[in-house]
Amino acid sequence: MAENLFNKVWQIHEVAKLPNGESQLYIGLHLVHEVTSPQAFAMLTEKGIKAAFPDRTVATVDHIVPTTSQQRPFGDRMAEAMMSQIEKNSKEFGIRFYGPGSGKQGIVHVIGPELGLTQPGMTIACGDSHTSTHGAFGAVAFGIGTSQVRDVLASQCIAISKPKVRKIEVSGKPGKGVYAKDVILKLIERLGVNGGIGFAYEYCGETFEQMSMEERMTVCNMSIEGGARAGYANPDRKTVEFLRGREFSPKGEAFERASKWWLSMASDTDAKFDDIFKMDVSKLEPMVTWGINPGQAIPVTGNIPDPKEMPSGQMQSAQEALEHMGFRAGSGIEGAKIDVAFIGSCTNSRICDLREAAKIVEGRKVAQGVKALVVPGSQQVAMQAQKEGLDRIFTAAGFEWRLAGCSMCLAMNPDKLAGKEMCASSSNRNFKGRQGSAFGRTMLMSPAMVAAAAINGKITDVRGMI
Amino acid sequence: MAKIVQIRGKGVAVIGDDIDTDRIIPARYMTEITFENMGRYAFYDVRFNADGSQKEHPFNDPAHKGASILMVNSNFGCGSSREHAPQALLRYGIKAIVGESFAEIFAGNCQMLGVACVTAKPQDVEILQEFTEKKPSEILNLNLETKKLLFGQNSISLEMAESRRANMLNGSWDTLAMLVSALPKTRENAKKLPYMNDFKQ
Repeated sequence: MAENLFNKVWQIHEVAKLPNGESQLYIGLHLVHEVTSPQAFAMLTEKGIKAAFPDRTVATVDHIVPTTSQQRPFGDRMAEAMMSQIEKNSKEFGIRFYGPGSGKQGIVHVIGPELGLTQPGMTIACGDSHTSTHGAFGAVAFGIGTSQVRDVLASQCIAISKPKVRKIEVSGKPGKGVYAKDVILKLIERLGVNGGIGFAYEYCGETFEQMSMEERMTVCNMSIEGGARAGYANPDRKTVEFLRGREFSPKGEAFERASKWWLSMASDTDAKFDDIFKMDVSKLEPMVTWGINPGQAIPVTGNIPDPKEMPSGQMQSAQEALEHMGFRAGSGIEGAKIDVAFIGSCTNSRICDLREAAKIVEGRKVAQGVKALVVPGSQQVAMQAQKEGLDRIFTAAGFEWRLAGCSMCLAMNPDKLAGKEMCASSSNRNFKGRQGSAFGRTMLMSPAMVAAAAINGKITDVRGMI
Repeated sequence: MAKIVQIRGKGVAVIGDDIDTDRIIPARYMTEITFENMGRYAFYDVRFNADGSQKEHPFNDPAHKGASILMVNSNFGCGSSREHAPQALLRYGIKAIVGESFAEIFAGNCQMLGVACVTAKPQDVEILQEFTEKKPSEILNLNLETKKLLFGQNSISLEMAESRRANMLNGSWDTLAMLVSALPKTRENAKKLPYMNDFKQ
């Protein structure tokens, strides 16, 4: 029978149907970071439980690592304690750990694919909502809480209800200056931040087929911002070629065997879905958020909407957004002044993101008074960028070139907004307080749009700079 | 594990759609390696000024002190998967949350802690929120068996995924012991996965 990828993957990983109707799902790859794991390890230590499949878990540090210097001990006593804890825990539980000294440390959702740990047809879990990123490879990837991190360590399984699957078919080739980030911001704007509740999203159609693996990761990354439990793209030749030769990819003849199986896991052409949504992006413009959730986005040439003209369910949040952002209904978003420009995060810190941003920055200068930083997603991304001279393009323009980590996306480290600063950010969340200041303001956009905003000191249509 | 059938207590309403987990607990309070103090940080940025003085917020209102049933609107708990969010609410004293809808990871995290997330019709949630604001000292009675919430002379119907309701009622909401006991079967199943064996050279 024709099946979609989600159901195929689910079926082979379902160890049992539980008495309450949920599934006991085997997790093929468990990724761990320092913030959501110490309590899980502590609970197991207390009960004397060991890791059941220690070689299926990989740990790194990203949230709390400073991006200016990784010298130990960290300046922040709490961050140092957290760092020591994950070092100790991975050692005691026999888990592979990539710390700053490894040359392979980075944001967990950047290093998984980069090391070839993330593979099609797998189930993946991590105590982080942006685990959906790994769906770009045709994996079924879930963000989980700390109690479930504990469950996976102890049993390699989670108890979970099977979501429905919505096929999101996107057609059209976006014009120059319009990127994967704009596609996903538009999708969330259309489907709503709660539109995905109860669903996993399959991204398909020519637009996604044309995308690079990095671009697919950007889209899948923000599935959670649309309320979806997971998001994925079907594996194809690009997926296979991305994985060829990576550290944890199968080698030699086994790679060919694996590729064949990976491709066989893609949704069958006549597979059934619980829902279908179609969108064309040939006329899509660069998107910018004006509010306090990722669904509050408009094209860069658009005007900030009037809450009074919005559906009743969205009015209150829109009003609150205008008050927080200091925007007036009806005014254009282009030209909105910024104080900080942040290029980074698990959404947009990969080599392709940095290349696109560098193209805009090259030969230009960051506007006076703007603090601009580039935070590569991993040490390997940083190395590659330095090899290509991207770091020098950024620093020559007045950007700070930082070390790998989550940085200002969630500000659990020294990188924070101050007061009411306005930040043009390539990250994924514009929630109040997200970037470290209760009054701080975030506008989400593509890395190229952040670069354009940094150069001009205000929101600028990047299409005019290409 | 305790069977969770009935939750009786005072109510507290936090009004608004799409209240995210950064709002429930700002990330900067997650640098602690235990959940112990999380109750203090619940809704921190909307409850406290920068100097630590209190803002007007239902969680600061003495009338709602000791409340154990939280009433929210739609898509509550969206955003991050941080269990720190339900931990903060639980440690503040919340044992059940009634809302129009919940973000899924958040609801799953609550379940693992024995905090029941139940949904009700938007108009019923509104009535309930108004009731609690007017009569904060009234005791509400939430019953997972009958799927009813009784308040004053009124009653509203509640919904909860049957799988989760069953686990609350029979006291198996924390899944650890069950999953660990199934390890032999898990190992058998794992052997059949192509990437666990076949892809090695």
